[in-house]
Amino acid sequence: MFAHEFVRNAWLAGTFIALACGVIGWFVVVRAQVFAGDALSHVAFVGAIAAAAVGVDERIGLFAFTLALAGAMGVLGRRAQADDVTIGITFAWVLGIGVLLLAILATSAGGASGITTANTLFGSVYALSAGAAVLAAAVALAATGFVVGVARPLLLATLDPELATLRGIPVRALGLCFLAALAVVSAESTQAVGALLLLGLIAAPGGAARVLTARPYRGLALSGAIAVGSMWGGLALSYVISALPASTAVIGLAAAAYAAAGLWSRLGAARLSAGAGG
Amino acid sequence: MTDAAPATAPATDAPAVALRDATIRLNGRPILSEVSLTIGNGEFVAVLGPNGAGKSTLMKAILGLVPLVTGSVNVLGRPPQQARSRIGYLPQRQSFDAATRVRGVDLVTLGLDGARWGVPVTLTPGARHRRRAERQRVDEVIELVGAAAYADRAIGELSGGEQQRLLIATALVRRPRLLILDEPLDSLDLPNQAAVAGLIRRIASAEGVAVLLVAHDVNPLAAYLDRVVYLAGGRALCGEVAEVITAETLSDLYGTKIEVLRTSDGRLVVVGQPEAPHHHGHRHG
Amino acid sequence: MTPSLSINPIDDLRQLFTYPFMVNALEAGTIVAVLAAIVGWYVVLRRSAFASHTLSVMAFPGAAGAALAGLPAALGYYVACTAAALAIGGTARGGSTGRGGYGQAGESAVIGTVQTVGLAAGFLFLSLNAAVLGGPETLLFGTFLGITRGQVLVLLLVALGALATLVAMARPLLFASVDREVARASGVPVALLDTLFLLVLGLAIAATSQLTGALLVFALLVAPPAAAQQLTLRPVAGLVLSVAFALFTIWLALAIAYFSIYPVGFYVTTIGFVLYVLARVAGPGHRRR
Repeated sequence: MFAHEFVRNAWLAGTFIALACGVIGWFVVVRAQVFAGDALSHVAFVGAIAAAAVGVDERIGLFAFTLALAGAMGVLGRRAQADDVTIGITFAWVLGIGVLLLAILATSAGGASGITTANTLFGSVYALSAGAAVLAAAVALAATGFVVGVARPLLLATLDPELATLRGIPVRALGLCFLAALAVVSAESTQAVGALLLLGLIAAPGGAARVLTARPYRGLALSGAIAVGSMWGGLALSYVISALPASTAVIGLAAAAYAAAGLWSRLGAARLSAGAGG
Repeated sequence: MTDAAPATAPATDAPAVALRDATIRLNGRPILSEVSLTIGNGEFVAVLGPNGAGKSTLMKAILGLVPLVTGSVNVLGRPPQQARSRIGYLPQRQSFDAATRVRGVDLVTLGLDGARWGVPVTLTPGARHRRRAERQRVDEVIELVGAAAYADRAIGELSGGEQQRLLIATALVRRPRLLILDEPLDSLDLPNQAAVAGLIRRIASAEGVAVLLVAHDVNPLAAYLDRVVYLAGGRALCGEVAEVITAETLSDLYGTKIEVLRTSDGRLVVVGQPEAPHHHGHRHG
Repeated sequence: MTPSLSINPIDDLRQLFTYPFMVNALEAGTIVAVLAAIVGWYVVLRRSAFASHTLSVMAFPGAAGAALAGLPAALGYYVACTAAALAIGGTARGGSTGRGGYGQAGESAVIGTVQTVGLAAGFLFLSLNAAVLGGPETLLFGTFLGITRGQVLVLLLVALGALATLVAMARPLLFASVDREVARASGVPVALLDTLFLLVLGLAIAATSQLTGALLVFALLVAPPAAAQQLTLRPVAGLVLSVAFALFTIWLALAIAYFSIYPVGFYVTTIGFVLYVLARVAGPGHRRR
């Protein structure tokens, strides 16, 4: 299958995007910021559509909107503790705007919008050009590098912010950078698995790794491995089964890995407590 | 240590709580072993002991929420499940979510009719009269706890002490004969602790309600209590504060050396008690 | 063939009622608004807005799957949402005792994953089914076209059943939602109420999704009650206000959407958002002390 260029592009971009998702996803789960990921993915969708409606490259919209939201969340974060209700209503509105933009796009561009919607929502990893794939891989790799680089201070800042501040770690700034990295990864992943599904690639490997091990660096590596594995498996499966969309296959595998991890740990715990006598 | 006689003559023959040889187990662990105690009507009794000693569990057994392995428990002469309507209960809790959009007066009203199905429909004069009487009772009990000034505000916005008073009102609204409060003073500051303790004493006397109050620290309560129940190591001691909280009696109860110090301002400090092994669910039994 | 606004508002209103599809839409909208507003009032109180969002997402694979199987999409909505509701009830207890959902690390990862799997499955079903219901847009973002008489009838029956159940358990549910432990000690069967409420919620979400789409349910389920609760703390007044807001939202949105080329989803969410913001601003003067 690697004879085809579109497949090679997909694997190039997909591998590094998955790696980035897995690595940052582990932190997202540990920092209990799954919701931020969800929010960013909604906004990524709207950003892409807005860019298309204005006639600009979708990726500009993706990055601009996600980074803007990340900034807003970082700044408002601790102070204005907006509750689920406010956030939910706001995001419904943001999505509503996306719907409006979709319609505007449809009336101005004819039939092209149909492809855009499904692609933006559910990914189009096989539609990447060589240049786009290389760029995506590079950006994802950079994001991964960043997260791995700050992993230690970030972990301390997550688990014990006061101690981290004492040690000179800029907790707030680091949190902000983390959100920015998450925004970048979300924007990247939208191209591969789509705005609606990227949360799965972030939450499932991270969640699975958390369940399997409490050790941070092992968990980080495991999360990345599960994500990349899911991506490879998903791409391979969807190549073989043409009716299966790539993003669905990837997410399916990631979720299956999570479920398997959960089952494994529960069986392990049962065996442990039965052996120890309660 | 024997059970002291109740301070006031009981209104009925049955004591508020009668525990006989009660044994309770939680997750296979013995919490209480063959404990007997009697709480008389109108008594204000504190239940003390270290973390994990089984204070909350004992309260739940009295409410019939936790079964006994052996022995019996009677509340107002009946098994706990039958006496539920005569018991007011304030469980151990964290404070209300700050965004809870319900008024204190609504919560107290729910304490009165919250278990009734359907919606209140006042079609007949009898129903209207009953509704009015209920509303009067709610106002009355809110007045009793001194919460009238803020009963119309959202609960989530009130301070810990204010929320506590409304919760006490909720527990009192159906005129219980027994009030069980599980660590109500825990999240309050010292002045509030003293105020709420005094309030409870006044209510106990005014409404003739027996009060069982679980606490960590006897000091805010000492002046108001009739008796103390001290739980440790699966056993219970019952008596007046000065009798129970002494080095001899507590050392005997724990089986290790305990010291009881008295500070210059009259407060009692218990030193040397081993904490029971901490298992899950201390705050949410 | 976009209908156009005339100078005379009465004529415009009459236009709305000329076509059966529009009458169906208005009737469906009314039923859904009332149901969503009342159920949503409890959702906001129980702080389970996030769980409701996850449930609503499940409407997407439900409808797409039903279409793939050749069954009416509405059936897919109802089955998927109620099944998911009961499944959630079986696992998490996030609703009444504090911030459910996103608060806990592990639980939110599970919910996020489940949500995504649902969406992926829905996409798969859509891709497999060539004769599609207009792409993912209608299922995700709603439509007011093509609502049949049968659909309206089913909505009415479902709403009546759900509301009757809610009315019966109105007080115990309120008690359990505000203070679970004390309610339980007062004899309220909190576990049973949890299950019943989840069932009702599943039905309400399934009903609402048919108009707003799986992703925009919040606009009718959460925004009107949240706005109402900002303005009044009294339960009865809050419920009435919630219904009023929801009806206003859907009627205005449908009316505008009829005359406009832009989709109804935008109008519903925008009106809901504006209502909520206005209510927050106008709300009780004493905020955090």
